[in-house]
Amino acid sequence: MSTTLPPTTRLPEQAWKSEPISEPDYLRNKRGIMSWVYTLDHKRIGVMYLIGILTAFLMGGVMAILVRTELLSPSRTIMGPDAYNHMFTLHGAIMTFLFIIPSIPAALGNFILPIMLGAKDVAFPRMNLASWYLWVFGAVFLIAAMALNGLDTGWTFYTPYSTTTNSSVISATLGVFILGFSSIFTGINFIATVHIMRPKGMTWFRMPLFLWSLYSTAIIQVLATPVLGITLLLLIAERALGIGFFDPKLGGDPVLYQHFFWFYSHPAVYIMILPAMGVISELISTFSRTPIFGYRFMCYSAIAIAFLGFLVWGHHMFTSESAMAAVIFSALTFSVSIPSGIKVFNWLATLYKGSISLTTPMCFALSFILLFTIGGLTGLFLGALATDIHLHDTYFVVAHFHYVMMGGSLMAFIGGMFYWWPKLFGKMYSEFWGRISCLIIFIGFNWTFFPQFILGSRGMPRRFYDYKPEYQGLHVISTSGAFFLGIGLILCAAVFLHSLWRGRRAPANPWGAATLEWQTASPPPLHNFVDDPVVTDPYDMADFELQRDTGDYVRRPYTPSQSDGTETQS
Amino acid sequence: MIAEAQLSQGPAPHADETFRAHHFETAEQQFAAAKLGMWLFLVTEVLFFSGLFVAYAVFRVLHPEVFVNSAALLDTKLGAINTVILLFSSLTMAWAVRCSQLGQQRGLVLCLSLTIAAAVAFLGVKGIEYAHKWHEGHLWASQYGGPQAGETFDRAGSFFSVYFAMTGLHAVHIIAGIAAIGWLLKRSLRGDFSPAYYTPVDVVGLYWHLVDLVWIFLFPLLYLVG
Amino acid sequence: MAVSSAQTNGQSRRAHEPHVSSPAQLIGIFAALLALTGVTVAAAEFPFGDLDVYVALAIAGVKAFLVAAYFMHLKYDHPLNAVLLVFSIVLVVLFLGVTLSDTTQLAPEVQAAAEASAASP
Repeated sequence: MSTTLPPTTRLPEQAWKSEPISEPDYLRNKRGIMSWVYTLDHKRIGVMYLIGILTAFLMGGVMAILVRTELLSPSRTIMGPDAYNHMFTLHGAIMTFLFIIPSIPAALGNFILPIMLGAKDVAFPRMNLASWYLWVFGAVFLIAAMALNGLDTGWTFYTPYSTTTNSSVISATLGVFILGFSSIFTGINFIATVHIMRPKGMTWFRMPLFLWSLYSTAIIQVLATPVLGITLLLLIAERALGIGFFDPKLGGDPVLYQHFFWFYSHPAVYIMILPAMGVISELISTFSRTPIFGYRFMCYSAIAIAFLGFLVWGHHMFTSESAMAAVIFSALTFSVSIPSGIKVFNWLATLYKGSISLTTPMCFALSFILLFTIGGLTGLFLGALATDIHLHDTYFVVAHFHYVMMGGSLMAFIGGMFYWWPKLFGKMYSEFWGRISCLIIFIGFNWTFFPQFILGSRGMPRRFYDYKPEYQGLHVISTSGAFFLGIGLILCAAVFLHSLWRGRRAPANPWGAATLEWQTASPPPLHNFVDDPVVTDPYDMADFELQRDTGDYVRRPYTPSQSDGTETQS
Repeated sequence: MIAEAQLSQGPAPHADETFRAHHFETAEQQFAAAKLGMWLFLVTEVLFFSGLFVAYAVFRVLHPEVFVNSAALLDTKLGAINTVILLFSSLTMAWAVRCSQLGQQRGLVLCLSLTIAAAVAFLGVKGIEYAHKWHEGHLWASQYGGPQAGETFDRAGSFFSVYFAMTGLHAVHIIAGIAAIGWLLKRSLRGDFSPAYYTPVDVVGLYWHLVDLVWIFLFPLLYLVG
Repeated sequence: MAVSSAQTNGQSRRAHEPHVSSPAQLIGIFAALLALTGVTVAAAEFPFGDLDVYVALAIAGVKAFLVAAYFMHLKYDHPLNAVLLVFSIVLVVLFLGVTLSDTTQLAPEVQAAAEASAASP
């Protein structure tokens, strides 16, 4: 039997149209709630993660709308100052720990990584399921803080305030501690899977860039998250027992807490953005129908970002660390822009002379490039010591990280959702409404956050409940943008839900991509592939041809001399 | 070598397919995955403890005299005994791996039992030390000097905060290790392990040695140089 | 052990030969560890001054190396596992070194601020 040909090429054209489904897909393979509760299938765990993080996103989003509504006018609009503090803290904590960090790796990555790799599952399926349950427990503890005494420390839990406030810091930090283990489990799983489970032919440099980015992310998850774990454990011990590591009254050092926290949380920023970069690489390449430009540089830059991410945590502490450390960290911070710049350059170079189709995922990918670039460039203002003294803790910072986290990670996440949606659930969605939602989100996003750059450079401090009347105009613009953005996200959700009920059946390869997940059925069978997939260049899309009647891309037949000689396609 | 001669006569390593999960192509691949997974976990453990070492270093460098004086309050003899106990348990654990590789069923059970016994003895000595500290009021920062000490602030509390955080976290790892080795013991009594399948013994052994490694650093840093 | 190459080579390689530690090796390493424990206790009695901690760390480092290389089989294992351990230690050193240097740099300022706030009523 030939191993150089994919199964589809050996079928005559009439045969594959009525191709019998030899195996039920992963959703219909087993039924009943228990088949989900105990599932070890990475695809189902990915779907469960997806449901979890989208719920968290909804909660965090509602809080964001409430925070913005409160800021419509100085002093009280809809809530008091304490409620406001709780609201923005939980918005930050939920969005960071429950949504962005697990969004692409744990939800999309869990589903896609083994299939893209050509494996049957991740290396440790039980641990994978455990990571989801840990996520749920962590979420319960974090959200329980809201029901108990609330949480008003900001998502960073800075001491000494977090050791003296009477809000539910212990419940929240315990939740985040547990979420950290969930993230570590995912990371260990991904590294082991990439090292051990690669099938025949899948060499390191045949791995799609999404896998490279998930691999780099996993390295950070494994190396950085434990430090968050010990930090939060010490914070809990500080509050519960008075262990005094961070409390000056007991001989402790609050700046030490900041070192501990940012040694994790700066690399965590790359846990949030690296997977997004991987998604964008796939999207840009597929919808330009061009191999990605500078593939190897993309691989190396992902790894470089992961490592440089460990060297720059002190730039969150410019106003609390020593002058020498601030100078060193400022210089190192600029170095991160090199691999990031390589990536943006390579995406643009891929677009150049590509055959671009503006599908919904591509619209999100292009939005990503623009917003991420704005977010990245404004980061330079904050990385430079002199300007940072002025911009520190203002809305400029808020706008900057929303451009990177939301304009970057969220855009890539939604783009990736649209891209892999047919594979996840076997349904196509409405391209028209998908594009409209992207347009509304893009406009709404800039409408909300661009004014915040101006607010910040004029001196509006972040996290403040009250403000001087001269800031009100820009706050009103920003809040109205937030409502518009909310409409876009609701429309986006509607497009997905409509697709689930009414969507057209998705073919195996609706986009003509060459990565392995498109070589199996949509949705995939339980063990991902009926026949072992054939590993080729992940971006060599030239051989795929659109079948007009089904919307499926099928690999163009090989010349008879290359085939196994039994049959050829007409 | 006797060991190699025995090995070449027995079944091939990782030849037992009984415990192979469906998504691995071979039991050998599963072994490699388990081992890499455990090493990755050990990396997270190293970084988990790193926070405490950083705190130790910072407090020590800022207040060296406090550390020197407070460390003198610890019982070096008990610390040294515990070091020997833990090194011994590492030896028996390493020997347990050897037994499982060679299919020496009784030796495996004996080595695992000895390891658990040593771990329990370690906790016992630790308990004596803790009780003594409690009695003397040598507690962590907010409790230093005991409840009757009132509001007086003593920097020695910083040392004992570090001491209790480090040894406490380490003790939690010992307890987890006892549970894991107990699980191995149960399985080895059932006869699960053989030269063809000994992955769990190997990876739990790695964990146990790491717990020992951490103590190798804790002992001099806390008891000796203070 | 072939961690990554076994699969990429795509050959069902012969099951690897695990390293079995001989009794002599195990006992020898254990004896060395005990001896080093004795040395470190004895060295603590000897006043090295500021070097105390470095001497203790050096001896602990040797002990750790013995445990990692022989008891944990790293010497005979796939190099990736050793790389992981070394890399984690490098990261700990980075974390420790930077935090420590920043804290010591900042200490005089903190001291001055504390004295100033104590002086003013």
